[in-house]
Amino acid sequence: MYVAVKGGERAIDNAHAFLAEERRGDPAIPELGTAQIREQLRLSVNRVMAEGSLYDPDLAALGIKQSRGDLIEAVFLIRAYRTTLPRFGASRPVDTGKMTCTRRISATFKDAPGGQILGPTFDYTHRLLDFKLLADGQTPPAAATAPANESPLPHITGFLDRDGLIQPETGNAETPPDLTREPMELPAPRALRLQALTRGDEGFILSLAYSTQRGYGRTHAFVGELRIGTVAVEMEIPELGFAVEVGEIELTECETVNQFTGSKTEPPQFTRGYGLTFGQTERKAIAMSLVDRALRWRELGEDDTGAPAQDEEFVLMHADNVQATGFLEHIKLPHYVDFQSELELIRKLRTEAIAARTEAAE
Amino acid sequence: MTDQSYNFAYLDEQTKRMIRRAILKAVAVPGYQVPFASREMPMPYGWGTGGVQVTAACLMPEDVLKVIDQGADDTTNAVSIRKFFQRTAGVATTEATSEATIIQTRHRIPEQALTAGQILVYQVPIPEPLRFLEPRETETRKMHSLEEYGLMHVKLYEDIARHGSIATAYAYPVKVEGRYVMDPSPIPKFDNPKLSDSPALQLFGAGREQRIYAVPPFTRVVSLDFDDHPFDPSKAPHDCDLCGASESYLDEVITDDSGGRMFVCSDTDFCRTRREAGHAGRLGEAQFSSKKIANSFEGICPPTGDEA
Repeated sequence: MYVAVKGGERAIDNAHAFLAEERRGDPAIPELGTAQIREQLRLSVNRVMAEGSLYDPDLAALGIKQSRGDLIEAVFLIRAYRTTLPRFGASRPVDTGKMTCTRRISATFKDAPGGQILGPTFDYTHRLLDFKLLADGQTPPAAATAPANESPLPHITGFLDRDGLIQPETGNAETPPDLTREPMELPAPRALRLQALTRGDEGFILSLAYSTQRGYGRTHAFVGELRIGTVAVEMEIPELGFAVEVGEIELTECETVNQFTGSKTEPPQFTRGYGLTFGQTERKAIAMSLVDRALRWRELGEDDTGAPAQDEEFVLMHADNVQATGFLEHIKLPHYVDFQSELELIRKLRTEAIAARTEAAE
Repeated sequence: MTDQSYNFAYLDEQTKRMIRRAILKAVAVPGYQVPFASREMPMPYGWGTGGVQVTAACLMPEDVLKVIDQGADDTTNAVSIRKFFQRTAGVATTEATSEATIIQTRHRIPEQALTAGQILVYQVPIPEPLRFLEPRETETRKMHSLEEYGLMHVKLYEDIARHGSIATAYAYPVKVEGRYVMDPSPIPKFDNPKLSDSPALQLFGAGREQRIYAVPPFTRVVSLDFDDHPFDPSKAPHDCDLCGASESYLDEVITDDSGGRMFVCSDTDFCRTRREAGHAGRLGEAQFSSKKIANSFEGICPPTGDEA
């Protein structure tokens, strides 16, 4: 047969072989191991875990390797794998108050019980290319260690809470909806919004958060506390009658404290935004907490200023990069049937328009 | 060859059950968009994940599957989806419309009339016919529930006022059984009449937008129009250059760089069947000229060698 795309099957097979070759790169260069990615590209691994909604550093590293470092593609690989996994049950809520912190900072208090822990951060590095890393890297000398802090670090917003200065966060016994098992329906409860934000694209959430800082739905945020560390994951085992620890995960948690002069329904008080993400992903957690706060305008009796970050439907329907990239890139698939019908339409409209013009000229 | 590491037709049984429930609801309320918990599939959103999930939920081991994209069985994405089900479900596949029990399609309805017992599964990018008039889902759902379709009629009227005719060539809106306005997916409006009173079950899956809807067999589907501007299912004013068919939807193929072009059936199975029955179009010796054209595309896409 005639069709240009005949041979699609062979073309696909050849394209896949070409892709595999490109992925490997120059065979004279040693192949990258997933353990190297997991250990040395940890922040990429963290992002893939956070947006892939699956805490598994080894699989995230595999996704990064397989996707040639395209992180959205890696997130997609993880998501497609995750969705096939059986659900055994739900863990108990993790207690971030008992987090073993590697980093814990507050921008609102100079010091607080437990102290500020700077941890492994780029914050005060000078962004100068370190050409020593170009050469074969040597293992850096071990960083100084302090004795482990065994006492739990209380949440900083807890101090404001005790004085009634911050809007209280009331618990909710309802089982939160699961975004990956039920279709998103709007308006969404906060638990669902937070789920969508934590797996949303880092760049998109970052830009939305930034827009609130520049006046599009301003919420005057300070980082009340940012903490990064490991927490235990516990699960109730019905046969045992008590909870057992099934593992540990690294989390980043950000609580913002937002200036608030009161509204028709709420007294002047500080308000909160919340961000929680897998791994050390602090840009994402901070951005998430700003967007969370902006989306809470209704519950706090604020005005809708029409800012994009206040628009729940706009934010939630466009935050997912796997959905976005799929729909964006699908326009490179064949559309010649649609295009043909457009061609016929344009030809018809043109003929009519030109005929009408000629008639008018006569 | 079935891949043993995944369940039959890839999805786990719980997920298939969830999708089947959505399908049953969709069949019970023709044209209504049923939300469903769409899963991430191993192909990207926009590649037909909704259709693939619906097909996966409908497939039985004895089914015969046909997959088309733009009417053709051999476009890359049709090949990819067919391979996916060969691998994960091991079902028989076919290119013949009459032999298939399930046909997954993107952008076309086969030319050959469908029969009772067949299921046609459409891949849908934007299930909401009102989306480009009202971007908010919360609003459009309200409009559907109140049967508030004035906005759509105003849009069609404005088209006529500005262009003299309705300027929608594909994804032309329809009304199903006198109730819901529905997006028939981006099929050319030429295909719209085939939606109505079909003996086959028509299912529509939108993966990214998490919606399933249906047109059950023998359901009335009317393309929106006005009494003085009736719906016109137009197509290119030509016959197929290969098989001579005058009643099929045509693709325009550019054959050289000096404006040469030919028109050929978009439905490759329909065209092949006609040529095998001895029909020939303008380019007479269909076999001969097809070879010539295939060769001119060789650099882009090598022929598979089965162009009989």
